[in-house]
Amino acid sequence: MKYLRYVLSHLWHSKRRTFLTVSSIAVALFLFCTLRTVMTSLDAGLRASDDTRLVVRHAASLVFPLPLAYRDRLAQVPGVVKVGYGNWFGGYYQDEKNQFTQFAVDVSTVFDLYPEILLGPAEKEAFLRERTACIAGEALVKKYGWKLGDKIPITGTIYPGEWPLILRGIYRAATPDADENAIFFHWDFLNESMPEGRKNLVGIYWLKVASPSDAPRVSAAVDQIYENSPVPTKTETEKAFQAGFIQMMGNVSTLLTILGSAIIFAILLVTVNTMMMAARERTTEIAVLKTLGFRDGLVLQLVAAEAMLLSLAGGLIGCGLAFLVFRKVNFTAGGMIPNFRVLPETLLLGILLACAMGLLSGLVPAFSAARLPIASSLRKVA
Amino acid sequence: MARIPLAYNLRNLAARRLSTGLTALGIALVAWVFIFTLALAGGFQAALTTTGTKENAIIIRKGSTSELMSILTREAVGAIESQGEIARAPDGTPLAASELMVVWNLPRKSGTTTNVVVRGVGPKSFALRPKVKLVRGRMFRQGFDEIMVGRMVAERFQRCDVGDRLKLAGREWTVVGVFDSKGSTYDSEIWGDVELFMPVFDRPVYQSLTLRLAEPGYLAPLKKRLESDPRMNVEVEREDRFYADQSGQLTSMLRVLGLFVTSIMSLGAIFGALNTMYAAVGNRTREIGTLRAIGFSRGAILTSFLIESVLLALLGGLLGCLLALPVRSFTTGTMSFATFSELAFRFQVTPGMLLLGLAFSAFMGLLGGFLPARKAATMPIVDSLRQA
Repeated sequence: MKYLRYVLSHLWHSKRRTFLTVSSIAVALFLFCTLRTVMTSLDAGLRASDDTRLVVRHAASLVFPLPLAYRDRLAQVPGVVKVGYGNWFGGYYQDEKNQFTQFAVDVSTVFDLYPEILLGPAEKEAFLRERTACIAGEALVKKYGWKLGDKIPITGTIYPGEWPLILRGIYRAATPDADENAIFFHWDFLNESMPEGRKNLVGIYWLKVASPSDAPRVSAAVDQIYENSPVPTKTETEKAFQAGFIQMMGNVSTLLTILGSAIIFAILLVTVNTMMMAARERTTEIAVLKTLGFRDGLVLQLVAAEAMLLSLAGGLIGCGLAFLVFRKVNFTAGGMIPNFRVLPETLLLGILLACAMGLLSGLVPAFSAARLPIASSLRKVA
Repeated sequence: MARIPLAYNLRNLAARRLSTGLTALGIALVAWVFIFTLALAGGFQAALTTTGTKENAIIIRKGSTSELMSILTREAVGAIESQGEIARAPDGTPLAASELMVVWNLPRKSGTTTNVVVRGVGPKSFALRPKVKLVRGRMFRQGFDEIMVGRMVAERFQRCDVGDRLKLAGREWTVVGVFDSKGSTYDSEIWGDVELFMPVFDRPVYQSLTLRLAEPGYLAPLKKRLESDPRMNVEVEREDRFYADQSGQLTSMLRVLGLFVTSIMSLGAIFGALNTMYAAVGNRTREIGTLRAIGFSRGAILTSFLIESVLLALLGGLLGCLLALPVRSFTTGTMSFATFSELAFRFQVTPGMLLLGLAFSAFMGLLGGFLPARKAATMPIVDSLRQA
């Protein structure tokens, strides 16, 4: 520790290089945090899922609906506490670019099934009472500058036409991973407006079971009932359902990992180079230190500490920047990533990565400094 | 004005082999990432833009953004097929195909599952899409439990090769053929007989109607007439535009992501180049003094160091391009939001992308070299000669 001043004064002496190196490491770590947050945000649905919630959908694919008549039969399945349902609306607000989640839900059960949706009692009452009412997440409301009582026209693509919804409530999400960029409105309103033949069709059912251990039995029981019917079902936990969704995205995470590794590796090379240059310029000085009686081990530590300090500073700045930047902006990537949030473990991982970079980049120059022959290096420079 | 010979720069780069190599490799990786993201976005876009042709028009329900959300009744289809703008097959029947599209969850070879487009096609579907060619097996027969699969489906999904039996809608189908459509989205689809699919998949309606226009100029009048007919409730679009539009959102998102990542990453590389060039200038203080003393101007020194930096970066850029060439053989699949199912495509590396990568590298070299070069050029001669 007593040599900290020596190391610091070195860094201070070559201010420009210190600044450039720290900046390039900071840039790399900022990118790392960003890319990893893209990945973890895609998984937000997994973390937000509850083990006592099951999702029932058509066995072939989500795009096929189930009959409303299943509701009463599902409620009778032993272990099922509550049955809710809803349809993915898939519309947009004003412009096709403004996409976010809209769900037509059975309003009588949605709050029991999703206690994560926090809504004031007065707003809840207003929402339940009015057929064309909707509630929207706080983040979404902020983004579009809506107020309570506003008419929010949503253009349907699956359900054609313009749907004039009235904002009666602004909900907050109870957990950070739950989606605050969504709109919920009355399933009955949607259903009444459908032509004959498209009425009484449900996108998915949500089942609440008493305990997570009931889930496999209930899932199997439900699927068995409809196994040989024209409309077979697939029932799984909310987590499995979300995981299926992520699988459909394909190998996004592999691609991001490739990019992330390339970035980290590139900056590592740059840093190694810088540290080697720094050590080379100080050949004489290191020889002097050794002449004064500094042991090889200590010289090694001093050179390594310099690299470490640089990387750590870069890591802290890069991760800190990522944390601050993405907390301020509600970034949703055009509605594709509704919950872009830098996780604490991403920051921690970033700092660890910076330390590893420091260690690796300091290693080569540190060893060559430790092994430096005194006499010849003193002679080298006149 | 005397110019410092290029050989001077080349020898200098060669003298500091390790440092040159590391910096160039850093820049190479930035160029690689740059080309990689362009190739990803380009590949996705190419899959969709090669799907349609401008001779065809596609008709879907008004307000639908894709075939999946569309509904066309048999009556509507009958009325459309009688329009005069449609080209005729040799037998005099209209060159039009009404098709069904559903998506079905299937296991990939990796074990994960995703949706695959299952398209019910008619007798004219192949004539309308001359790009679709059988590569293995044979065509399906009408009325039989037979299907054909696109090349990407055969490669990526379980039980999807010739001779395999695949279960869809509670029925077993024999895969009798594999077709290729030169990288278009059809390669990610399963095709079968539409008239058989309708009862089996319990779909009383079609999703889309694709037709060949007798003359390209017929699109406008046909569009006007059909879209203004309230009983029809349809949208008419040129086929190539229709599919190209589906690529818009994701392609631009991939481009933005690529641009964001590479521009920030290039900052890091520029910092690295700055470091290297500053060190190069610092190590050669005396040399620079000597060059100046024997008559080379400040401008010549500035140019020389800039050239050296750009050379270094171009070396990296070239390496990055070389590393990016194998990216061409990558295929990947992602969910297409238009069809809610997997769209597999090959990365596309074009000469233009490689050139862009090189230009980008040179730009990084220029930015990273300017300040150190200026420093070298403005050094007072006497001081620099006196220095170590």
